[in-house]
Amino acid sequence: MSIAGRLLQILLTTALLSFVFFMLIGLMPGDPIDLAIAGDPRLSAEDAARLRALYGLDRPLVERYLAWAGGVLEGRFGYSRLFAQPVADLLWPALRSTLLLVGLALLIAAGAGVAFGVAAALKQGLAGPIGLIALLAQAVPGFWLGILLIMIFAVTLGWLPAGGMAEEGEAAWRFLVLPVATLAFAQLAAYTRHAAAAMADALRAPWIRTARARGASEARIAWQHAFPNAAVPVITLIGLDAGALVSGAVITEALFARPGMGKLIYDAVMGNDSNLALLALLVVAVVTMLGSLAADLAQRALDPRLR
Amino acid sequence: MRIAAGLLLLGVIAAGALAAPWLAAALGHDPFAPDLLNRYAPPSATHPLGTDELGRDVALRLLWGARVSLAVGLLSALIAAAVGTLAGLVAAWRGGLWDGLLMRLADALLALPALPLLIILSALDPAAIGLPRGQAMADVLRIALILAAFGWMGVARLARAAALTVLAMEFVRAARALGVGEGRLLLRHVLPALASPVAVATALAVAGAILAESALSFLGLGIAPPAPSWGNMLAHAQEALFEAPLLALWPGLMILATVAGCTLLADGIRRRGA
Repeated sequence: MSIAGRLLQILLTTALLSFVFFMLIGLMPGDPIDLAIAGDPRLSAEDAARLRALYGLDRPLVERYLAWAGGVLEGRFGYSRLFAQPVADLLWPALRSTLLLVGLALLIAAGAGVAFGVAAALKQGLAGPIGLIALLAQAVPGFWLGILLIMIFAVTLGWLPAGGMAEEGEAAWRFLVLPVATLAFAQLAAYTRHAAAAMADALRAPWIRTARARGASEARIAWQHAFPNAAVPVITLIGLDAGALVSGAVITEALFARPGMGKLIYDAVMGNDSNLALLALLVVAVVTMLGSLAADLAQRALDPRLR
Repeated sequence: MRIAAGLLLLGVIAAGALAAPWLAAALGHDPFAPDLLNRYAPPSATHPLGTDELGRDVALRLLWGARVSLAVGLLSALIAAAVGTLAGLVAAWRGGLWDGLLMRLADALLALPALPLLIILSALDPAAIGLPRGQAMADVLRIALILAAFGWMGVARLARAAALTVLAMEFVRAARALGVGEGRLLLRHVLPALASPVAVATALAVAGAILAESALSFLGLGIAPPAPSWGNMLAHAQEALFEAPLLALWPGLMILATVAGCTLLADGIRRRGA
């Protein structure tokens, strides 16, 4: 499918998702007025009814969706009830923080995973142990690893902060180490297994035998002939795993109290902040789909057979 | 070998989960009864792994958590396997529009980040989607259904690929030529060939569901306390990292062992099939 076609598909999916999310959030117990009543018991039933009518909460969900969608199309994203700020102002810093976390983790996971995988494929003796370790490592729940890391490096050794973000004058990287390590480890095992399988496959291809017959050195065979072919499935995995990576980021942020998209969505859903929850969910979905698309394009650029 | 190791791990955990009430009677305490004078007790003869933030026995709660986690994992994987097999079979058999629709739906669900969606689904009022609210069993059913909605795609893809291979074989043409009906053909000739890939995908779905359940319960959206689940035990343990660091170790090890068991099982079946 062409790039334009894929972008159109993403656009349609986003529109569909916005409707589904709106309905789901509408099904969540309690609306902002219920919360207002809980916060101020002097509000009477008449006040509640008046407020509901004022904010249009008494109208059917579909009608409210159309009003919201119309506003978004005109660039009015609404206010966050929880943070009392325009939703758009909240999203950008959160998205930047999450992208930094996800990007670093992906870089480390894919880089180290490919290194381990290639080592497993090249050295016969390493294939079994690395494969088994990767298999077991995939079973480690990411957030539990995060707790263990906090226990070791923050509680016991006191080297790194247990969570949060850097204040003025603090080194930002120290707050990134543990979250990035937690998120990267969860993905590392998958990349190792994938890279090992892909490299082993590539080394069995007929042109490897040809290269060897021509007298190419083993290093040249591995890096010039096999590796480029093994890299393609790894990039496929990046595309397929974009969703899992973002999911991992959500729980990592919750664990380390990092203000990113994951924490924003969680707080918004818990705090019944429907404007914020909706837009944050949509932004995350769109970014994930764009990530998949980018991986697909990279794959196509690298593999002439897919063009 | 991997199959045996996986089955052994899962068997031990399942046996512990089933034996939990008898072990509770043998140790002589109730894993739900708080004992506030005995909070964060270190491991001892009466409390093999110590006690938690309310003075309840950690070992017994782990086993009770195993009942919950295994129930959620198995239930959601079975639903996902049934739905996925059906979807894969229909997609391969009907082809064309059905194939396109089902597989695009699977692609779309796979491309989305699952956890944010699970968060919003778990936050729904269960009564609004026709489920009872509040009881532990209802929690298990609710989480299992939500996880199954995001777990069937893997099964569907593998089932579809296997069904396509079988449907292209000579004996299927022969059976059709002999006048075997389509229903009988699918049930008797195609479905048995899907057993191995579906078993692999189901074992992986159990692992995925247990991980997702623990993540949701950790966030406070899964199994609600006082019912123990490994995820909500970890959430409480994280708040007490300074007082009782060991509390955070056990539930994670249980999840690790269960998921590793499922993965070993799946890997073993796949290797034997290949």
